[in-house]
Amino acid sequence: MIRSLFLCLAFLQYFTTADSIAQTRSSTINRTVSQTLPKTVKIVGSGGFRGLEAYQSGFLISNKGHVLTAWSYVLDSDVVMLTMNDGTKREAQLIGFDPRLDIAVLKIDVADTPHFNLEIDTTAGVGDRILAFSNLYGVATGNEPVSVQQGFVSAKIQLSARRGAYQSPYQDDAYLLDAMTNNPGAAGGALTDLQGRLVAMVGKELRDSKTGAWLNFALPMEKLTDAIKRIRAGEMTSSSDIIDRPTEPISAALLGFSLVADIVQKTPPYIDRVVVGSVAAENGARPDDLIIEVNGQMTASVKDVLKQFQRTDRDDTVELTVQRGNRFIDMKLQLVK
Amino acid sequence: MKLQRTMIFMISTIVLIASNSDSRAEEESSADASTVETSLKAGSDNPRSTATLQTPPALVQAEGLRVQAIQKAIQATVCIFGPKGQGGGSGVVISSDGYALSNYHVVEACGAFMKCSMPDGVLYDAVIVGIDPTGDVALVKLLGRDDFPTATIADSDKVQVGDWCFAIGNPFLLATNFQPSVSMGIISGKNRYQYPSGTLLEYADCLQTDAAINPGNSGGALFNSDGDLVGINGRGSFEKRGRVNVGVGYAISINQIMYFLDHLKSGRLVDHATLGATVESDSEGVVRVNDVLPTSDAFRRGLRYDDVIVSFAGRKISTVNQFKNVLGILPKGFTPKIVYQREGEQFEIVVRLAGVHATGQLTEIIEGKPLDPPAIPGIPPLPTPDDSEGPEEDGDGEKADPEEASEGEELHPYHHLHIKRRGFSNYYFNLLNRNRVWEKFIALGGIWDQQPGRWRITGVVRDDMAADEVPFQLMLGDQKSGIRIGDSSFVLDSTEDLSQQLVPPETGGLLVALHLWRAMLVEGPQQFGDVYYFGGLPARRVANQQAEETVDVLIATRGVTETHFRFNRSKALLQSAEMFPEINSDPCRLAFLDYQRDGDLMVPRRIQFDAGFGSPEKTLVIERIEFLQKRVEENAK
Repeated sequence: MIRSLFLCLAFLQYFTTADSIAQTRSSTINRTVSQTLPKTVKIVGSGGFRGLEAYQSGFLISNKGHVLTAWSYVLDSDVVMLTMNDGTKREAQLIGFDPRLDIAVLKIDVADTPHFNLEIDTTAGVGDRILAFSNLYGVATGNEPVSVQQGFVSAKIQLSARRGAYQSPYQDDAYLLDAMTNNPGAAGGALTDLQGRLVAMVGKELRDSKTGAWLNFALPMEKLTDAIKRIRAGEMTSSSDIIDRPTEPISAALLGFSLVADIVQKTPPYIDRVVVGSVAAENGARPDDLIIEVNGQMTASVKDVLKQFQRTDRDDTVELTVQRGNRFIDMKLQLVK
Repeated sequence: MKLQRTMIFMISTIVLIASNSDSRAEEESSADASTVETSLKAGSDNPRSTATLQTPPALVQAEGLRVQAIQKAIQATVCIFGPKGQGGGSGVVISSDGYALSNYHVVEACGAFMKCSMPDGVLYDAVIVGIDPTGDVALVKLLGRDDFPTATIADSDKVQVGDWCFAIGNPFLLATNFQPSVSMGIISGKNRYQYPSGTLLEYADCLQTDAAINPGNSGGALFNSDGDLVGINGRGSFEKRGRVNVGVGYAISINQIMYFLDHLKSGRLVDHATLGATVESDSEGVVRVNDVLPTSDAFRRGLRYDDVIVSFAGRKISTVNQFKNVLGILPKGFTPKIVYQREGEQFEIVVRLAGVHATGQLTEIIEGKPLDPPAIPGIPPLPTPDDSEGPEEDGDGEKADPEEASEGEELHPYHHLHIKRRGFSNYYFNLLNRNRVWEKFIALGGIWDQQPGRWRITGVVRDDMAADEVPFQLMLGDQKSGIRIGDSSFVLDSTEDLSQQLVPPETGGLLVALHLWRAMLVEGPQQFGDVYYFGGLPARRVANQQAEETVDVLIATRGVTETHFRFNRSKALLQSAEMFPEINSDPCRLAFLDYQRDGDLMVPRRIQFDAGFGSPEKTLVIERIEFLQKRVEENAK
């Protein structure tokens, strides 16, 4: 595999004259870059704290403004803004997502935009040169175009990766790349061949399950197109049940308190009652405490708190940050001692 | 699609080092070929031909071109090591007398002297020259040769995203055998604006590459595919993965550095520029002024809140980052053009850019708060200019803190090439340039200190706008100067605060400027007071001349009054002077024209003056200049 770093495969058909071959190659990339950049978008949504970037990448896949990107917390926001390559900003609608593939389709209100044609099926082989277009590290601020990287397909692998302790939902074929593509903000970027044909979507920041090494990989389009069609057809709008959930999640009742009644869209998550002698009481929780974070995730509403509880196993510690008057208080609630 | 591809070939992109012989490369190639065959056979979903691979001539030639470019480029690259083995980084030589570029953050760790290896296998001594802490650039000078191989400077504005490029340097300080490492990639982005990290470092209008940039590559060169210098690698997006390459490296564009080069040669802590106004953009790409300091030159030129910025220094502005990109690559003191609109009307102004940091602030950040001066200051060795064997003068002894001051340490063999002084990274180079400029001027313009008496100048003040001529008589002396224009007389007493004697009215202090002009010529930079070399700047309006020439600027301070004496670099004559009565004020500007020989002296026959950009211009047409004998009573006090 190390050897492959030093190997470069090129195809004679692209080059005609010997004299200008270096120029030809560079201008091939220049041309591909200028043709591909208008198909890319930068996405800004939720996040922006505790090492969670509020941005990621995407690209246009239809002339009606459909955008493919990675399914992530960034999209878990009331407003998802896209910045097009020309710098214009547009609000995007979440059409749907497929949590097993970790992809989502957004739509913006434009017509006849440059886009990748998903009808053309392009794959890459080991040793093929690729270009990656993404807003890694949010380098491209304002109206700047996204970053371009080059490299090779080092291997085709079956992805076995994790984020923290959690196994990534996608465990299928992937291209392993020798370019340092999978960085913060790069997920959802476009991977093309030298001619600018779409090959894959840049994946999230994940580590190999066994070795813990950071992976640079992309999801082949051939694995995604069916799901994209189904999402666009409206068949997969909300399949959050498929996410691996703890079989026995924690609840407010188990911890010994109740929240105020969830009567409006965003009811502030105030604690209503605390059961005497309960875990919550032992840790100092009181009625009228406002829960502002659960396990480091901001909670703006009762629904947010319940959602975080659903994701937490009853054996795990629950970290709460509450606001009491003008003080913030952290507490760690553990059901099982 | 894949099957359409008729043949597969390979070329190796092995990191090339100078020692690679041709036969060695061939061995590598054949070894790689067999690897490819094996791996192709192994790939089950890869039913490709494993017929004998033959490298087509076109690819061999392409590789040859790359090898040539790298071999050309590598000659000028430098691996920097701290004098005691601490720290280090990379650099690149840009002139045959040994000036080399690196990063401020590399040189900072090394101190005044460092060791620099080059691919010729020689370890050279190098001394710090100038630093630009905001732009993270440092200029050092390699010593011991005057025929160093140099990098060819490219135009970094011509770089395109997708261009091949390579970084040559000293990653992880691997170059213990003095041979640098080469890594290759493409330009991933250009005109990037990277927000200041901490408080100081700002990368404006920079290049982004995916060529591997690791710690130690800092300060090293980024070359284009022709092997020409397009940038200095300085920063990576090192975040979660420890300090190793993550596919994002930034290079300071070489065009930015060329703007600063002359300033760096002055041995100063060089500052970046600020407009004194901030801007914001709306979604339609309209950039408006949302704040402007009343003390700024931009305000004095007429820029106001809510004005729309159309272009800045010749570049169209449609985002805040574009504005910052333009501003961030210019040094303090530049005078770019701004085009702005207000209520549909378009205005064009020239603005003098102030420093990002207030006077002394940058020094304080870099050097810490000022300490009490040492009780017994040493006398620094004064350098002689490069091309002149002029006499050495005394006079700077009290201010400079020579290298010898560091106690208990062995003297560096080149210790005389470094002089510590507050506000300077190496005052030696400032003196060197100050003396160069002054002595070239003296050699051509005459020895003015032989005219220490009063000067009497008579002629007419010509106002071209009003088609008007009024006679004047000017008397310039050590202590008192006076001017009579028509029926009005004005007198100046140099023992009083000059900034309060700005006469005649509406000239911005013409008499003060002329008084200081004579004082500088008679006393010279050694006697005048605090005079330092600022660097080169593009010349401003020279009558009957459009070409942008470079002027060498000496800045002379007396009281709170600062005068910029601007010498034409090619002609060596004092071309103009700008007298700023105090901080944040418009200067009185003098342009010295029609130099003619008068005995041993070159004397201007016309002096144009105005009170700053945009103010009406008048001319002193000199009919007679007399140098009077020094009077005893004037000398007494």
